[in-house]
Amino acid sequence: MRVFEGLRFRRVPSPIHELDPRSKAVYVAVLSVLSIVYSDPLILAILMVMQIPLVYIAKVMRFWLNSLRGSTFLAVFIFAVNLLTSYLYMGGFTLEGLLTATAMTLRFILLMGVFSLFFLTTTPEDLSLALEKLRIPYDICFAFTAAMRFVPDIALEAQSIMDAQKSRGLELERGGFIERIRKTLPILVPLFIRSFQRSLELAEAMESRAYGAIEKRTSLYELKMARNDYVFMILSIILLTATLLIKPP
Amino acid sequence: MIEVRDVYYTYPNGFTALKGVNLTIRKGECVAIMGENGAGKTTLVKHFNGLLKPTRGTVVVDGVDTRETSVAQLARKVGLVFQNPDHQFFSETVEEEVAFALRNFGFPEDEVERRVEKVLKRMGLLEYRKSSPFSLSGGEKKRLAIASIVVFEPEYLVLDEPTIGQDYIQKVEIRRVIDSYLETGRTVVIVTHDLEFVVDLRPRVVLMSRGRILADGKAEEILSDSKLMDDASLLLPQMTELAYKLGNPKIPRTILDENDMLEVVKPLLKHRGVWRS
Repeated sequence: MRVFEGLRFRRVPSPIHELDPRSKAVYVAVLSVLSIVYSDPLILAILMVMQIPLVYIAKVMRFWLNSLRGSTFLAVFIFAVNLLTSYLYMGGFTLEGLLTATAMTLRFILLMGVFSLFFLTTTPEDLSLALEKLRIPYDICFAFTAAMRFVPDIALEAQSIMDAQKSRGLELERGGFIERIRKTLPILVPLFIRSFQRSLELAEAMESRAYGAIEKRTSLYELKMARNDYVFMILSIILLTATLLIKPP
Repeated sequence: MIEVRDVYYTYPNGFTALKGVNLTIRKGECVAIMGENGAGKTTLVKHFNGLLKPTRGTVVVDGVDTRETSVAQLARKVGLVFQNPDHQFFSETVEEEVAFALRNFGFPEDEVERRVEKVLKRMGLLEYRKSSPFSLSGGEKKRLAIASIVVFEPEYLVLDEPTIGQDYIQKVEIRRVIDSYLETGRTVVIVTHDLEFVVDLRPRVVLMSRGRILADGKAEEILSDSKLMDDASLLLPQMTELAYKLGNPKIPRTILDENDMLEVVKPLLKHRGVWRS
């Protein structure tokens, strides 16, 4: 559940929160490109370390670390699978295999960290406005922000469902791999059904409040790029080009 | 016996839901836990089967500290029925849904079949045994949720808001289940806001507010105490309210329902010659 917590907006006053979502999106894009282009664990590690001051300025260190901690299981899984495939392909453990596995894991952690920082510091409303500015149809923007908005609710619901099934003697921690997968059904089925019910309820509630009655929507708040936004965007682009020039992949 | 000793509980988000709760529930008792939203009622009952472990203090069920055992083992003894039935159904048929807990607890297959049939009959759900749980009505879903726990006959049956959103007929059904459970010498704990239901049931009442227990005693004592009820943000029962408003020294304020009122008023009216039977 911790992973979800790390993707949820936290309202704290900080310069990062005040940045325009579009300039933050440029930063996310730059780091995503870099993390995919490079497979050198050292560079990926440096990029990871570079996040820390930003997270610190944004005052969301605790939540950010929580989301990283929450993704430990997947990180270990990615490492193990990569190591295993390299073992099978090369017929033994090699330094190269180890480096690839490390790079893949670091790449995952880096992406997780970047996205977590973005979502922790961007309100769903700002995100929706930014998407609209990019001329994405409002229906799609709304669906996207509604999905983000419901993530914590669904996480809570998953917890309730787990509690209910544990009260009926379901032991999630016991049994072999196949057994454990089979045991997730009593959790996943009610969770999916509740999600469908929820979206139908939401649709009805929106229609009764005249959603879509006006063709062209206007907003009370308009997003405006400020000086800081341009600075942040330009710094991000400099980071991209400088890295690519200094050490071409 | 369930013994809750000086229990504090703080959720991971920092909210302290229980602040020093002491409570003992003996075998065969019928207890209603009441209080405003967010008083800590559900948090408390989740401690009974070990879903939550106290941040401070201890919860001991039949001599076993909940911290030293698994939820599955405690669940066999303490059956907890959650508020929302939609949070637990996943099977294709009603009978599979009811059999789930029995299979988890390792009951032999012939016993599973026998018990499922018995409980479905008792809950009036036998005709739906091959239907999907999702095709049932709200009241039937509630009864199915209760059936899925009652079927393994836990020593302690804990019902979280059993009457919420239920019509009168459903409430009578639920009351019947509680009565027959108590008849077997087992324990029933209900968490509820439903004053009418509690007045009718006359259980031991535990009043909670803001993570603490305000009062604990007989329904007559607690529910008729206007100061206590006000502190717990609950209204007095209508007949108690009437007794207060009449302000007659011959009409005591421990009256909870119309039968209590009748018992007191009848002799008074007879005395004045107004009563005709």
